[in-house]
Amino acid sequence: MQRATIDLWVGIFVAIGVISLVFLALKVGNLMTWSNAPSYRVEAHFDNIGGLKLRAPVKAAGVVVGRVENITLDSVSYEAIATLNIDQRYRFSKDTIASILTSGLLGEVYVGFDVGGDEETLKDGDTIIKTQSAVILEKLIGQFMLNQASSLAQGDHK
Amino acid sequence: MNIANWLRALGQTTINALAHLGFIFRFFIAVLLNTPMAVTRARLTLREIYFAGVLSLVIILVSGLFVGMVLALQGYDILSTYGASDSVGVLVAMAMLRELGPVVAALLFAGRAGSAITAEIGLMKATDQLLAMEMMAVDPLARVAAPRFWGGVISMPLLAALFSTAAIFGAYVITVQLIGMDDGAFWGNMQAAVDFRMDVLNSVIKSIVFAVIVTLTAVFEGFDTEPTAEGVSSATTRTVVHASLAILAADFIMTIFMFRGV
Repeated sequence: MQRATIDLWVGIFVAIGVISLVFLALKVGNLMTWSNAPSYRVEAHFDNIGGLKLRAPVKAAGVVVGRVENITLDSVSYEAIATLNIDQRYRFSKDTIASILTSGLLGEVYVGFDVGGDEETLKDGDTIIKTQSAVILEKLIGQFMLNQASSLAQGDHK
Repeated sequence: MNIANWLRALGQTTINALAHLGFIFRFFIAVLLNTPMAVTRARLTLREIYFAGVLSLVIILVSGLFVGMVLALQGYDILSTYGASDSVGVLVAMAMLRELGPVVAALLFAGRAGSAITAEIGLMKATDQLLAMEMMAVDPLARVAAPRFWGGVISMPLLAALFSTAAIFGAYVITVQLIGMDDGAFWGNMQAAVDFRMDVLNSVIKSIVFAVIVTLTAVFEGFDTEPTAEGVSSATTRTVVHASLAILAADFIMTIFMFRGV
């Protein structure tokens, strides 16, 4: 095998290898839109976060605008504090409502933003005041059963 | 008395295994110390990239394509039962990047390139070429081992990336072109689920570790060969078996550290 041919093939090999790495990073891993995009952090306090996980998406009108970066428990108020990393391109009013939602019955849990009408926008380090906790299915069923039982008991008295 | 003999045999086996492991590690250090040769005489390394990397391209690309296509077909079949067929892209991309891409590429690499490296060095040893080199004051570790080691370590991560890419392309062909799933859902769900650091970077880290394991095993077994025809054949077999087992064990350990509790 001639030197030039080997050089050519090695060149082709390394080039397509690097291209596939770039493809994996940009097209599959979607590096372009996330990690490098400038972002700001806001906190949101929830009574219960349900099944919310780290890196869960934050969506406004169904569009992914950020990720959940950190989840901690406030040891004084016993509320869950979720730190949200929001893309710098998007601005939300100060009275935005953050709620924990599930896409479909079995789908992923995410934080949904419902934008309010306030003129001022959220800045880095702000806290979202209006939040809506996750709906816990078990509690809902429990409540329903309790209601059924009490209405049955009332029926007996009559 | 019998028990004492048995214990003695056990102790001997353990000590031998440890000594062997230490020997491999010292060999590894010696190859690393001879790295300058692989850089200053880049032509030697280039030749090894050609033999280990370029010649493995066909098997890697074809296997990747078919693994991706089969995974997409099976995944679609099962996921559509739950109405989640949109997640086929996620399934294939995650499975490929996190586990199958680096592992299967490394197993194929061990079979295709690792065995060739061992057989080549083993035959050099059996025909006293390594001794001849030493006579000419050429260090076989620098002239033979280092270029092969670095050639393999450079090729393998690229091959693993190509394997994953080929598989994702195969899944794309099956789900979007053949089954007729939505193009946007395929890429969109994949991009939403795959994280650069978590999945892509860990995939590259895994493939680099496997590259070191496979090439080190191959080069070591080549040098450790008994200089007979039989010795070369058993050394080649050992390379493939030991490298494959080491890959699977290392993969398990790395997976525990990378993906536990996430």
